[in-house]
Amino acid sequence: MDTSQGMSPVVDNNLTLPPIADAAAAPRIDCRNIKVFYGETQAIHDVSMSFPDRAVTALIGPSGCGKSTFLRCLNRMNDTIENCRVEGQILMDGENINDADVDPVLLRSRVGMVFQKPNPFPKSIYDNIAYGPRIHGLANGREDLDAIVEKSLRRAGLWDEVKDRLMAPGTGLSGGQQQRLCIARAIAVQPEVILMDEPCSALDPIATARIEELIDELRNRYCIVIVTHSMQQAARVSQRTAFFHLGNLVELGDTSQIFTNPREKRTEDYITGRFG
Amino acid sequence: MLQQLGQLPMGWLLIALIAVFGSAAFFLGRTRAERLLETSIGRMHSRPNYHGYYVAMCTVVPVLLIAVAYAIFADDLTRSQLTRELPSSFDRLSAPELQSYLDSVRMAAGTAASSGADRVFQAITNRYLELRGFVNAATLVLLGALAAIGIFWSQSRLRPDFRARALVENGMQLVLFLCAGVAIATTAGIVFSLLYESLLFFQKVSAWDFLTGTRWNAQTNAEFGALPLFFGTFMIALIAMLVAAPIGLFSAIFLSEYASPKARGWIKPVLEILAGIPTVVYGFFALLVVAPAVRQLAIWINELIIQVGLSSEPVLAAQPTSALAAGLVMGIMVIPFVSSLSDDVINAVPQTLRDAAYALGATKSETVKQVVVPAALPGIIAALLLAVSRAIGETMIVVMAAGKSARISMDPTSDLTTITVQIVSLMTGETGFDDPKTLSAFALGLVLFAVTLAFNVVALRVVKKYREKYD
Ligand SMILES: Nc1ncnc2c1ncn2[C@@H]1O[C@H](COP(=O)(O)OP(=O)(O)OP(=O)(O)O)[C@@H](O)[C@H]1O
Ligand SMILES: [Mg+2]
Repeated sequence: MDTSQGMSPVVDNNLTLPPIADAAAAPRIDCRNIKVFYGETQAIHDVSMSFPDRAVTALIGPSGCGKSTFLRCLNRMNDTIENCRVEGQILMDGENINDADVDPVLLRSRVGMVFQKPNPFPKSIYDNIAYGPRIHGLANGREDLDAIVEKSLRRAGLWDEVKDRLMAPGTGLSGGQQQRLCIARAIAVQPEVILMDEPCSALDPIATARIEELIDELRNRYCIVIVTHSMQQAARVSQRTAFFHLGNLVELGDTSQIFTNPREKRTEDYITGRFG
Repeated sequence: MLQQLGQLPMGWLLIALIAVFGSAAFFLGRTRAERLLETSIGRMHSRPNYHGYYVAMCTVVPVLLIAVAYAIFADDLTRSQLTRELPSSFDRLSAPELQSYLDSVRMAAGTAASSGADRVFQAITNRYLELRGFVNAATLVLLGALAAIGIFWSQSRLRPDFRARALVENGMQLVLFLCAGVAIATTAGIVFSLLYESLLFFQKVSAWDFLTGTRWNAQTNAEFGALPLFFGTFMIALIAMLVAAPIGLFSAIFLSEYASPKARGWIKPVLEILAGIPTVVYGFFALLVVAPAVRQLAIWINELIIQVGLSSEPVLAAQPTSALAAGLVMGIMVIPFVSSLSDDVINAVPQTLRDAAYALGATKSETVKQVVVPAALPGIIAALLLAVSRAIGETMIVVMAAGKSARISMDPTSDLTTITVQIVSLMTGETGFDDPKTLSAFALGLVLFAVTLAFNVVALRVVKKYREKYD
């Protein structure tokens, strides 16, 4: 597919982003000409886009279009995949995180991630949350750590449900609770950005609603990027939406604009369910 | 005529007959079912092949039973009749002598031309052949009759709605069950005989003395305090695990977390070769290489201690065979048990857990140490338990390199003996079957069996629980 034609001017990296609805939002991450290869096959073709701070950006697109791959570039999780190669610049605070001298371990403490399937460690609820602060030395002593655990659980809206059983195994919680535990675990290392890869796809509608509520609250502090297969979810929680297709960024814009008035034929086809 | 029948190669004949009857029955049954298919209205319950299998089953099973009975009883039957007919001059032969005489008769009967032997022998051989010929003929007739009955009876049952398929299914199940039954029955038999002989032993020596006594002198039927043997077994297993646990575990971690697929591709098989080395080879490696080295080292340490002035006489026993030598080599032997199983359980830890740790900014070694290994811990413990049970039951290495003195000594360079070593030395050489000496070997075997069984059961339960957690 030819990437140069039919692209909206928004994603052309030579042009500056038009102002978005939330005036307070400045770009937190700026991606330029990202290409990702798995061995010989290219999964992402020259994508440039930026993510505003204190806002939720949704990545949508049909299965296999490279949403997860692109998301994993933002905290260099692709480094852990044997044959995966990333090209291009990703600027955070003016620094290219793909530079050789950037420590991916430190980067990941600034860019948290929540996965599709809840994956609590087989440890206690407390230790799940305390794990990150411990390895990064964020707490001075036990009381400080207790405070961090409580604050993270409160922000993730889980505190009231688990405060009496912090030492119970995290794997014993319900799926929705586990996912909130994972969000709390990510928050506990005080990241600046939170990446979520289909965080609700393993959850029922009620648990999903709780997570969405939570995302809406977290938006006030973090830059959030969420991958979702649910148009409704994207419409509900995000302020900006990017539509991917076959490894290309087809359209990027304000969520309301993408869903009411898409510029691209392919975007319209996808959100109206005509393919995908 | 009977004599020629007696020389029939019955083994081959029976196999051939089973094959012939079986396939004949199959084709007859199938043909008949096909004819039914043509004439019947509507569908048959089972496809013609299943009718064929059913008829074959009904034919082959009785034939097979006859063949098995023949294999077990034919020779005994012939012999007992022959013994009854022997001239009275044979009465003075003892039972074993008579048996070996009959063995040679049977040998001679097997080879066609047995000229040169004396006349009586010749006559007896001919009579053996006649009797055997009678048995053979009777068997063949019975077999033919049963096969014929099987074929005709089962064929007569075939109808369009006959549930041949279900019956064949049941037959298959029965066969599989019987095979499993053989294994179970054998195990039960062994355990039973172990228990029985041990009980006989405990009638002569009290179980309490056996389990807690500290003096072992079984060769003279004198003292049966097995504690030194338990101690030696434990000591050597402990040394082995001190070697195998860290090396096995770390190599498993290296293999599953750090090695590139290519390195893993050749390191894992090489580690598994360790498991394929015969234990006797480990044994002479221990005896010829490790034991002398241990001894040298001990002597050197002794000298050093004396020179430094910490002691005025040698501290270590520095014997030519030692617990340390046997334990070290046994440790090497069980490395693959630890590494291979640990590698499996570490690989079974879901990738999502590793991703979770990496995404929180954990380094690789933090992830391994704090997430992967704890998650795999139950499985790793199970691997260690299996290795311990293997080390406790191991025989060849300790027989060759551990020594024979039953003593309780903390000095790893002194020679110790183990349960398995003692069982070997009690069962080899001159033994009466109901000496306490021989019986004590069964009691030792029982203890060994109980301990290794316990280890295995615990290990398997741990593994099972662990499996359930990640399914
Ligand atoms: N580890 C990998 N090795 C090789 N190819 C991969 C790997 N992971 C993903 N791919 C390929 O990269 C492309 C994009 O995959 P990705 O997982 O990013 O899609 P996705 O948009 O997240 O899909 P989904 O919505 O199904 O999660 C796919 O063609 C996929 O086959
Ligand atoms: Mg995905």
